[in-house]
Amino acid sequence: MLRLLSFALFIATWWIASLLIGDAKLPAPPAVLSVLAAEARSGALFVNLGATLARVALAFTLAMALGSAIGYLMGRVSLADRLGDPWLILLLNLPALVVIVLAYIWAGLTEVAAITAIAINKLPTAVVTLREGARALDPALDEMATAFALPRGRAFRHVVLPQLAPYIAAAARSGLSLVWKIVLVAEYLGRPNGVGFEIGVAFQLFDIPLLLAYSLSFAGVVLVIETVLVQPFETRLTRWRLRAA
Amino acid sequence: MQLEVNITGKSFASAAGKRHDVLDNVTFTLNAGEVGVLFGPSGCGKSTLLRILAGLDANYQGHVARSPGMRLGMVFQEPRLLPWRTVEENVRIAAPDVDDGTLSALFEVLELSVHRNHFPGELSLGLARRVALARAFAIEPDFLILDEPLASLDNALAGRLRDQVATLVASRKMMTLLVTHDLDDAVRLGDRLFFLSPRPARILHVETIAAPRATRSEPEIGEIKRQLSQLDLANM
Repeated sequence: MLRLLSFALFIATWWIASLLIGDAKLPAPPAVLSVLAAEARSGALFVNLGATLARVALAFTLAMALGSAIGYLMGRVSLADRLGDPWLILLLNLPALVVIVLAYIWAGLTEVAAITAIAINKLPTAVVTLREGARALDPALDEMATAFALPRGRAFRHVVLPQLAPYIAAAARSGLSLVWKIVLVAEYLGRPNGVGFEIGVAFQLFDIPLLLAYSLSFAGVVLVIETVLVQPFETRLTRWRLRAA
Repeated sequence: MQLEVNITGKSFASAAGKRHDVLDNVTFTLNAGEVGVLFGPSGCGKSTLLRILAGLDANYQGHVARSPGMRLGMVFQEPRLLPWRTVEENVRIAAPDVDDGTLSALFEVLELSVHRNHFPGELSLGLARRVALARAFAIEPDFLILDEPLASLDNALAGRLRDQVATLVASRKMMTLLVTHDLDDAVRLGDRLFFLSPRPARILHVETIAAPRATRSEPEIGEIKRQLSQLDLANM
Protein backbone atom coordinates (compact mmCIF):
# COMPACT_ATOMS: atom_id res chain seq x y z
CA MET A 1 0.00 0.00 0.00
CA LEU A 2 2.77 2.38 0.98
CA ARG A 3 4.71 1.35 -2.12
CA LEU A 4 1.69 2.10 -4.31
CA LEU A 5 1.32 5.52 -2.74
CA SER A 6 4.99 6.26 -3.30
CA PHE A 7 4.61 5.17 -6.95
CA ALA A 8 1.58 7.46 -7.40
CA LEU A 9 3.59 10.33 -5.94
CA PHE A 10 6.34 9.68 -8.49
CA ILE A 11 3.85 9.79 -11.44
CA ALA A 12 2.27 12.97 -10.07
CA THR A 13 5.65 14.71 -9.70
CA TRP A 14 6.58 13.69 -13.23
CA TRP A 15 3.29 14.96 -14.65
CA ILE A 16 3.51 18.34 -12.89
CA ALA A 17 7.15 18.74 -13.96
CA SER A 18 6.24 18.00 -17.56
CA LEU A 19 3.49 20.66 -17.45
CA LEU A 20 5.98 23.18 -16.11
CA ILE A 21 8.91 22.37 -18.41
CA GLY A 22 6.96 21.62 -21.54
CA ASP A 23 6.28 18.52 -23.65
CA ALA A 24 9.33 18.94 -25.83
CA LYS A 25 11.82 18.30 -23.06
CA LEU A 26 9.82 16.16 -20.64
CA PRO A 27 6.84 14.37 -22.21
CA ALA A 28 3.88 13.62 -19.94
CA PRO A 29 3.28 10.03 -18.75
CA PRO A 30 0.55 9.20 -21.39
CA ALA A 31 2.88 10.10 -24.28
CA VAL A 32 5.60 7.80 -22.93
CA LEU A 33 3.06 5.08 -22.25
CA SER A 34 1.81 5.11 -25.84
CA VAL A 35 5.38 4.77 -27.17
CA LEU A 36 5.93 1.93 -24.72
CA ALA A 37 2.76 0.21 -25.97
CA ALA A 38 3.84 0.62 -29.60
CA GLU A 39 7.28 -0.88 -28.87
CA ALA A 40 5.65 -3.74 -26.99
CA ARG A 41 3.23 -4.45 -29.88
CA SER A 42 6.05 -4.58 -32.41
CA GLY A 43 7.98 -6.92 -30.09
CA ALA A 44 11.08 -4.68 -30.12
CA LEU A 45 10.70 -3.91 -26.42
CA PHE A 46 10.96 -7.55 -25.42
CA VAL A 47 13.81 -8.33 -27.79
CA ASN A 48 15.84 -5.44 -26.42
CA LEU A 49 14.99 -6.02 -22.76
CA GLY A 50 15.73 -9.71 -23.23
CA ALA A 51 19.12 -9.03 -24.82
CA THR A 52 20.08 -6.69 -22.00
CA LEU A 53 18.85 -9.08 -19.31
CA ALA A 54 20.81 -11.96 -20.84
CA ARG A 55 24.00 -9.87 -20.83
CA VAL A 56 23.38 -8.80 -17.24
CA ALA A 57 22.78 -12.39 -16.14
CA LEU A 58 25.91 -13.73 -17.83
CA ALA A 59 28.25 -10.93 -16.75
CA PHE A 60 26.84 -10.91 -13.22
CA THR A 61 27.18 -14.67 -12.77
CA LEU A 62 30.70 -14.67 -14.15
CA ALA A 63 31.85 -11.77 -11.98
CA MET A 64 30.18 -13.05 -8.80
CA ALA A 65 31.54 -16.58 -9.15
CA LEU A 66 35.07 -15.50 -9.94
CA GLY A 67 35.05 -12.52 -7.56
CA SER A 68 33.74 -14.57 -4.62
CA ALA A 69 36.36 -17.27 -5.12
CA ILE A 70 39.21 -14.76 -5.40
CA GLY A 71 37.92 -12.66 -2.49
CA TYR A 72 37.58 -15.73 -0.23
CA LEU A 73 41.11 -16.84 -1.11
CA MET A 74 42.53 -13.37 -0.46
CA GLY A 75 40.73 -13.15 2.88
CA ARG A 76 42.00 -16.56 4.01
CA VAL A 77 45.54 -16.71 2.61
CA SER A 78 47.75 -13.73 3.32
CA LEU A 79 50.13 -14.56 0.45
CA ALA A 80 47.24 -14.38 -2.03
CA ASP A 81 46.18 -11.10 -0.44
CA ARG A 82 49.62 -9.55 -0.82
CA LEU A 83 49.96 -10.77 -4.42
CA GLY A 84 46.47 -9.76 -5.46
CA ASP A 85 46.11 -6.42 -3.71
CA PRO A 86 47.88 -4.17 -6.28
CA TRP A 87 45.84 -5.75 -9.09
CA LEU A 88 42.70 -5.20 -7.12
CA ILE A 89 43.43 -1.51 -6.56
CA LEU A 90 44.20 -1.09 -10.26
CA LEU A 91 40.95 -2.77 -11.31
CA LEU A 92 38.88 -0.89 -8.74
CA ASN A 93 40.04 2.45 -10.09
CA LEU A 94 39.97 1.61 -13.78
CA PRO A 95 37.11 3.58 -15.42
CA ALA A 96 34.39 1.38 -16.93
CA LEU A 97 34.70 3.20 -20.23
CA VAL A 98 38.38 2.30 -20.58
CA VAL A 99 37.71 -1.40 -20.04
CA ILE A 100 34.81 -1.43 -22.51
CA VAL A 101 36.66 0.47 -25.26
CA LEU A 102 39.78 -1.65 -24.89
CA ALA A 103 37.73 -4.86 -24.94
CA TYR A 104 36.01 -3.79 -28.16
CA ILE A 105 39.32 -2.82 -29.77
CA TRP A 106 41.07 -6.05 -28.79
CA ALA A 107 38.24 -8.56 -29.24
CA GLY A 108 36.10 -6.75 -31.79
CA LEU A 109 32.49 -5.62 -31.41
CA THR A 110 31.44 -9.03 -30.14
CA GLU A 111 29.17 -10.41 -27.46
CA VAL A 112 32.16 -11.99 -25.69
CA ALA A 113 33.96 -8.64 -25.53
CA ALA A 114 30.89 -6.90 -24.12
CA ILE A 115 30.19 -9.49 -21.42
CA THR A 116 33.85 -9.79 -20.42
CA ALA A 117 34.16 -6.01 -20.12
CA ILE A 118 31.05 -5.78 -17.93
CA ALA A 119 32.24 -8.66 -15.75
CA ILE A 120 35.70 -7.09 -15.31
CA ASN A 121 34.04 -3.90 -14.06
CA LYS A 122 32.04 -5.75 -11.44
CA LEU A 123 34.74 -8.24 -10.40
CA PRO A 124 36.86 -6.07 -8.03
CA THR A 125 33.93 -4.92 -5.87
CA ALA A 126 32.88 -8.54 -5.38
CA VAL A 127 36.47 -9.44 -4.45
CA VAL A 128 36.70 -6.61 -1.90
CA THR A 129 33.39 -7.46 -0.23
CA LEU A 130 34.07 -11.19 -0.03
CA ARG A 131 37.58 -10.57 1.25
CA GLU A 132 36.09 -8.59 4.14
CA GLY A 133 33.70 -11.47 4.74
CA ALA A 134 36.47 -14.05 4.80
CA ARG A 135 38.50 -11.88 7.17
CA ALA A 136 35.53 -11.64 9.54
CA LEU A 137 35.06 -15.42 9.81
CA ASP A 138 34.82 -16.51 13.44
CA PRO A 139 37.99 -18.43 14.43
CA ALA A 140 36.10 -20.00 17.36
CA LEU A 141 33.79 -21.79 14.94
CA ASP A 142 36.75 -22.84 12.78
CA GLU A 143 38.26 -24.45 15.89
CA MET A 144 34.98 -26.19 16.62
CA ALA A 145 34.96 -27.60 13.08
CA THR A 146 38.58 -28.77 13.49
CA ALA A 147 37.97 -30.31 16.93
CA PHE A 148 35.00 -32.28 15.62
CA ALA A 149 36.98 -33.22 12.49
CA LEU A 150 34.27 -31.96 10.13
CA PRO A 151 35.18 -32.82 6.53
CA ARG A 152 36.08 -29.75 4.45
CA GLY A 153 32.93 -29.78 2.37
CA ARG A 154 30.59 -30.01 5.33
CA ALA A 155 32.51 -27.35 7.26
CA PHE A 156 32.35 -25.01 4.27
CA ARG A 157 28.63 -25.52 3.80
CA HIS A 158 27.53 -25.26 7.41
CA VAL A 159 30.21 -23.15 9.09
CA VAL A 160 31.78 -20.87 6.47
CA LEU A 161 29.05 -20.23 3.90
CA PRO A 162 26.40 -18.98 6.34
CA GLN A 163 28.93 -16.47 7.69
CA LEU A 164 29.72 -15.29 4.16
CA ALA A 165 26.06 -15.11 3.12
CA PRO A 166 25.47 -11.47 4.18
CA TYR A 167 28.61 -10.45 2.30
CA ILE A 168 27.54 -12.40 -0.77
CA ALA A 169 24.14 -10.71 -0.60
CA ALA A 170 25.77 -7.28 -0.27
CA ALA A 171 28.11 -7.99 -3.19
CA ALA A 172 25.17 -9.25 -5.25
CA ARG A 173 23.06 -6.21 -4.58
CA SER A 174 25.75 -3.58 -5.22
CA GLY A 175 27.06 -5.65 -8.11
CA LEU A 176 23.68 -5.93 -9.76
CA SER A 177 23.19 -2.17 -9.68
CA LEU A 178 26.69 -1.67 -11.09
CA VAL A 179 26.12 -4.20 -13.89
CA TRP A 180 22.75 -2.60 -14.80
CA LYS A 181 24.53 0.71 -15.35
CA ILE A 182 27.56 -0.56 -17.20
CA VAL A 183 25.68 -2.92 -19.52
CA LEU A 184 23.94 0.07 -21.11
CA VAL A 185 27.27 1.77 -21.82
CA ALA A 186 28.63 -1.38 -23.42
CA GLU A 187 25.49 -1.71 -25.56
CA TYR A 188 25.53 1.95 -26.50
CA LEU A 189 29.11 1.70 -27.73
CA GLY A 190 29.12 -1.59 -29.55
CA ARG A 191 26.04 -3.80 -29.66
CA PRO A 192 23.25 -3.83 -32.28
CA ASN A 193 20.42 -4.40 -29.76
CA GLY A 194 19.53 -3.99 -26.11
CA VAL A 195 18.23 -1.13 -24.01
CA GLY A 196 21.54 0.75 -24.27
CA PHE A 197 21.45 0.56 -28.07
CA GLU A 198 17.86 1.86 -28.18
CA ILE A 199 18.74 4.72 -25.85
CA GLY A 200 21.63 5.58 -28.18
CA VAL A 201 19.21 5.67 -31.13
CA ALA A 202 16.76 7.81 -29.17
CA PHE A 203 19.60 10.18 -28.25
CA GLN A 204 20.63 10.64 -31.87
CA LEU A 205 17.04 11.34 -32.94
CA PHE A 206 16.27 13.39 -29.81
CA ASP A 207 13.31 11.06 -29.33
CA ILE A 208 12.66 11.72 -25.64
CA PRO A 209 9.49 9.58 -25.29
CA LEU A 210 11.39 6.57 -26.68
CA LEU A 211 14.31 7.26 -24.35
CA LEU A 212 12.02 7.45 -21.34
CA ALA A 213 10.00 4.42 -22.42
CA TYR A 214 13.12 2.22 -22.46
CA SER A 215 14.64 3.71 -19.32
CA LEU A 216 11.47 3.25 -17.30
CA SER A 217 10.65 -0.26 -18.52
CA PHE A 218 14.22 -1.19 -17.66
CA ALA A 219 13.88 0.36 -14.19
CA GLY A 220 10.64 -1.62 -13.82
CA VAL A 221 12.45 -4.88 -14.59
CA VAL A 222 15.14 -4.04 -12.03
CA LEU A 223 12.50 -3.33 -9.40
CA VAL A 224 10.72 -6.63 -10.08
CA ILE A 225 13.97 -8.60 -9.85
CA GLU A 226 14.86 -6.86 -6.60
CA THR A 227 11.43 -7.62 -5.07
CA VAL A 228 11.01 -11.16 -6.39
CA LEU A 229 14.57 -12.48 -6.20
CA VAL A 230 16.98 -10.44 -4.07
CA GLN A 231 14.79 -9.55 -1.09
CA PRO A 232 13.26 -13.02 -0.50
CA PHE A 233 16.77 -14.49 -0.76
CA GLU A 234 18.01 -12.14 1.96
CA THR A 235 15.03 -12.89 4.18
CA ARG A 236 15.69 -16.61 3.85
CA LEU A 237 19.36 -16.19 4.74
CA THR A 238 18.63 -14.26 7.92
CA ARG A 239 15.67 -16.29 9.15
CA TRP A 240 17.70 -17.65 12.08
CA ARG A 241 18.15 -14.18 13.55
CA LEU A 242 15.77 -13.32 16.36
CA ARG A 243 12.76 -11.43 15.12
CA ALA A 244 10.83 -9.00 17.25
CA ALA A 245 7.71 -10.88 18.29
CA MET B 1 42.68 -46.03 24.04
CA GLN B 2 45.11 -43.94 25.98
CA LEU B 3 46.35 -40.39 26.11
CA GLU B 4 49.95 -39.71 27.03
CA VAL B 5 50.74 -36.11 27.75
CA ASN B 6 54.33 -34.99 28.08
CA ILE B 7 54.46 -31.25 27.55
CA THR B 8 57.67 -29.52 28.56
CA GLY B 9 56.74 -25.93 27.74
CA LYS B 10 54.48 -23.56 25.86
CA SER B 11 54.90 -19.83 25.43
CA PHE B 12 53.23 -16.99 23.58
CA ALA B 13 54.78 -13.88 22.14
CA SER B 14 52.68 -10.91 23.25
CA ALA B 15 51.80 -8.02 20.93
CA ALA B 16 54.72 -6.09 22.42
CA GLY B 17 57.08 -8.92 21.48
CA LYS B 18 57.59 -10.16 25.03
CA ARG B 19 57.63 -13.87 25.71
CA HIS B 20 55.03 -15.25 28.09
CA ASP B 21 55.41 -18.76 29.44
CA VAL B 22 51.99 -20.34 29.77
CA LEU B 23 52.82 -23.96 30.47
CA ASP B 24 55.75 -25.50 32.28
CA ASN B 25 56.07 -29.26 32.75
CA VAL B 26 52.75 -31.05 32.38
CA THR B 27 53.00 -34.82 32.30
CA PHE B 28 50.23 -37.33 32.86
CA THR B 29 48.50 -40.31 31.32
CA LEU B 30 44.79 -40.87 30.96
CA ASN B 31 43.18 -44.27 30.36
CA ALA B 32 39.85 -45.26 28.87
CA GLY B 33 37.03 -45.04 31.39
CA GLU B 34 38.89 -42.52 33.48
CA VAL B 35 37.82 -38.98 34.30
CA GLY B 36 40.73 -36.59 34.83
CA VAL B 37 40.09 -33.20 36.33
CA LEU B 38 42.31 -30.18 35.76
CA PHE B 39 41.94 -27.95 38.77
CA GLY B 40 43.68 -24.65 39.05
CA PRO B 41 43.42 -20.87 39.39
CA SER B 42 41.93 -18.69 36.63
CA GLY B 43 44.31 -17.86 33.82
CA CYS B 44 46.80 -20.59 34.73
CA GLY B 45 46.79 -22.00 31.20
CA LYS B 46 44.13 -24.70 31.45
CA SER B 47 42.42 -23.68 28.24
CA THR B 48 45.77 -23.52 26.44
CA LEU B 49 46.50 -27.03 27.65
CA LEU B 50 43.12 -28.25 26.40
CA ARG B 51 43.68 -26.68 22.99
CA ILE B 52 46.97 -28.57 22.70
CA LEU B 53 45.34 -31.84 23.74
CA ALA B 54 42.51 -31.27 21.25
CA GLY B 55 45.04 -30.85 18.45
CA LEU B 56 44.10 -27.21 17.86
CA ASP B 57 47.54 -25.90 18.73
CA ALA B 58 50.67 -27.68 17.53
CA ASN B 59 53.08 -24.99 18.66
CA TYR B 60 54.50 -26.31 21.97
CA GLN B 61 57.46 -28.20 23.32
CA GLY B 62 57.05 -31.82 24.22
CA HIS B 63 54.86 -34.61 22.99
CA VAL B 64 51.23 -35.67 23.16
CA ALA B 65 50.50 -39.24 22.07
CA ARG B 66 46.93 -39.90 21.08
CA SER B 67 45.73 -43.32 19.96
CA PRO B 68 45.21 -43.34 16.20
CA GLY B 69 41.61 -42.91 15.03
CA MET B 70 40.58 -41.47 18.35
CA ARG B 71 37.30 -39.57 18.13
CA LEU B 72 37.28 -36.29 20.01
CA GLY B 73 34.23 -34.67 21.55
CA MET B 74 34.77 -31.19 22.89
CA VAL B 75 32.67 -28.80 24.94
CA PHE B 76 34.23 -25.37 24.77
CA GLN B 77 33.83 -22.74 27.47
CA GLU B 78 31.39 -20.86 25.24
CA PRO B 79 28.93 -23.21 23.54
CA ARG B 80 30.22 -22.44 20.00
CA LEU B 81 27.04 -23.50 18.26
CA LEU B 82 26.20 -22.55 14.70
CA PRO B 83 23.61 -19.77 15.17
CA TRP B 84 22.13 -20.38 11.70
CA ARG B 85 21.32 -24.04 12.34
CA THR B 86 18.70 -25.50 14.66
CA VAL B 87 19.59 -27.42 17.80
CA GLU B 88 19.10 -30.76 16.07
CA GLU B 89 21.04 -29.67 12.96
CA ASN B 90 23.91 -28.48 15.15
CA VAL B 91 24.21 -31.96 16.64
CA ARG B 92 23.73 -33.80 13.35
CA ILE B 93 26.33 -31.72 11.50
CA ALA B 94 28.98 -32.81 14.00
CA ALA B 95 27.60 -36.35 14.25
CA PRO B 96 26.03 -37.35 10.91
CA ASP B 97 26.02 -41.05 11.83
CA VAL B 98 23.99 -40.71 15.02
CA ASP B 99 20.80 -42.78 14.86
CA ASP B 100 17.43 -41.30 15.77
CA GLY B 101 17.01 -43.40 18.91
CA THR B 102 20.37 -42.41 20.38
CA LEU B 103 19.71 -38.77 19.60
CA SER B 104 16.26 -38.84 21.19
CA ALA B 105 17.65 -40.50 24.31
CA LEU B 106 20.42 -37.90 24.51
CA PHE B 107 17.97 -35.01 24.14
CA GLU B 108 15.78 -36.69 26.77
CA VAL B 109 18.60 -36.86 29.34
CA LEU B 110 19.61 -33.26 28.68
CA GLU B 111 15.98 -32.05 28.65
CA LEU B 112 16.35 -30.67 25.15
CA SER B 113 13.52 -32.56 23.44
CA VAL B 114 11.25 -29.51 23.17
CA HIS B 115 14.07 -27.36 21.81
CA ARG B 116 15.04 -29.54 18.83
CA ASN B 117 13.88 -27.01 16.26
CA HIS B 118 14.95 -23.88 18.06
CA PHE B 119 17.86 -21.75 16.89
CA PRO B 120 20.72 -21.19 19.38
CA GLY B 121 19.85 -17.49 19.63
CA GLU B 122 16.55 -18.50 21.20
CA LEU B 123 18.23 -20.47 24.01
CA SER B 124 19.53 -19.45 27.43
CA LEU B 125 23.20 -20.05 28.22
CA GLY B 126 22.31 -23.14 30.26
CA LEU B 127 20.38 -24.64 27.35
CA ALA B 128 23.07 -23.75 24.82
CA ARG B 129 25.64 -25.51 27.06
CA ARG B 130 23.47 -28.61 27.03
CA VAL B 131 23.30 -28.52 23.24
CA ALA B 132 27.10 -28.33 23.17
CA LEU B 133 27.16 -31.36 25.50
CA ALA B 134 24.69 -33.22 23.28
CA ARG B 135 26.88 -32.51 20.28
CA ALA B 136 30.00 -33.82 22.03
CA PHE B 137 28.25 -36.99 23.22
CA ALA B 138 26.43 -37.66 19.94
CA ILE B 139 29.67 -38.43 18.11
CA GLU B 140 30.31 -41.20 20.68
CA PRO B 141 33.77 -39.89 21.51
CA ASP B 142 36.77 -41.86 22.72
CA PHE B 143 38.13 -38.71 24.27
CA LEU B 144 35.86 -36.10 25.79
CA ILE B 145 37.07 -32.63 26.75
CA LEU B 146 34.86 -30.47 28.97
CA ASP B 147 36.10 -26.92 29.47
CA GLU B 148 34.24 -25.53 32.48
CA PRO B 149 30.86 -26.80 31.32
CA LEU B 150 29.14 -25.64 34.52
CA ALA B 151 30.63 -22.15 34.87
CA SER B 152 28.33 -19.12 35.25
CA LEU B 153 25.18 -21.13 35.82
CA ASP B 154 23.19 -20.78 39.03
CA ASN B 155 23.72 -23.48 41.68
CA ALA B 156 20.52 -25.43 41.12
CA LEU B 157 21.01 -25.56 37.36
CA ALA B 158 24.74 -26.37 37.67
CA GLY B 159 23.85 -29.22 40.04
CA ARG B 160 21.31 -30.68 37.62
CA LEU B 161 23.64 -30.34 34.68
CA ARG B 162 26.44 -31.98 36.71
CA ASP B 163 24.20 -34.99 37.34
CA GLN B 164 23.41 -35.15 33.62
CA VAL B 165 27.11 -35.02 32.76
CA ALA B 166 27.79 -37.76 35.31
CA THR B 167 25.09 -39.96 33.76
CA LEU B 168 26.45 -39.46 30.26
CA VAL B 169 30.09 -39.97 31.23
CA ALA B 170 29.17 -43.21 32.98
CA SER B 171 27.26 -44.44 29.92
CA ARG B 172 30.40 -44.85 27.80
CA LYS B 173 33.92 -46.09 28.37
CA MET B 174 35.97 -43.12 27.27
CA MET B 175 38.68 -40.82 28.49
CA THR B 176 37.29 -37.64 29.92
CA LEU B 177 39.16 -34.49 30.82
CA LEU B 178 37.26 -31.87 32.78
CA VAL B 179 38.39 -28.37 33.63
CA THR B 180 36.78 -26.74 36.62
CA HIS B 181 37.26 -24.16 39.37
CA ASP B 182 34.83 -25.90 41.63
CA LEU B 183 36.23 -28.46 44.09
CA ASP B 184 32.78 -29.96 44.60
CA ASP B 185 32.39 -30.65 40.86
CA ALA B 186 35.92 -32.04 40.75
CA VAL B 187 35.36 -34.50 43.60
CA ARG B 188 31.95 -35.65 42.38
CA LEU B 189 32.89 -36.12 38.72
CA GLY B 190 36.58 -36.99 38.76
CA ASP B 191 38.69 -40.11 39.26
CA ARG B 192 42.03 -38.33 39.25
CA LEU B 193 42.48 -34.69 40.14
CA PHE B 194 45.42 -32.73 38.76
CA PHE B 195 46.12 -29.61 40.78
CA LEU B 196 47.84 -26.97 38.65
CA SER B 197 50.04 -24.08 39.71
CA PRO B 198 49.54 -20.48 38.59
CA ARG B 199 51.15 -19.50 35.30
CA PRO B 200 53.30 -21.10 33.93
CA ALA B 201 51.23 -24.15 34.85
CA ARG B 202 52.74 -27.35 36.19
CA ILE B 203 51.13 -30.21 38.07
CA LEU B 204 51.50 -29.64 41.82
CA HIS B 205 49.63 -32.63 43.11
CA VAL B 206 47.70 -35.61 41.80
CA GLU B 207 44.85 -36.95 43.90
CA THR B 208 43.41 -40.32 42.95
CA ILE B 209 39.96 -41.10 44.29
CA ALA B 210 39.68 -44.86 44.66
CA ALA B 211 35.94 -45.20 45.20
CA PRO B 212 33.98 -45.51 41.93
CA ARG B 213 32.10 -42.31 41.05
CA ALA B 214 28.60 -43.72 41.39
CA THR B 215 29.19 -45.17 44.86
CA ARG B 216 30.59 -42.10 46.60
CA SER B 217 28.39 -41.09 49.49
CA GLU B 218 27.87 -37.52 50.71
CA PRO B 219 30.07 -38.01 53.84
CA GLU B 220 32.87 -39.51 51.71
CA ILE B 221 32.72 -36.57 49.29
CA GLY B 222 32.77 -34.15 52.22
CA GLU B 223 35.77 -35.90 53.73
CA ILE B 224 37.77 -35.84 50.44
CA LYS B 225 36.97 -32.16 50.00
CA ARG B 226 38.07 -31.42 53.57
CA GLN B 227 41.40 -33.20 53.06
CA LEU B 228 42.01 -31.49 49.73
CA SER B 229 41.26 -28.03 51.05
CA GLN B 230 44.03 -28.56 53.60
CA LEU B 231 46.62 -29.12 50.87
CA ASP B 232 49.27 -26.44 51.08
CA LEU B 233 49.40 -25.84 47.32
CA ALA B 234 51.18 -22.52 47.62
CA ASN B 235 54.33 -24.20 48.93
CA MET B 236 54.56 -27.15 46.59
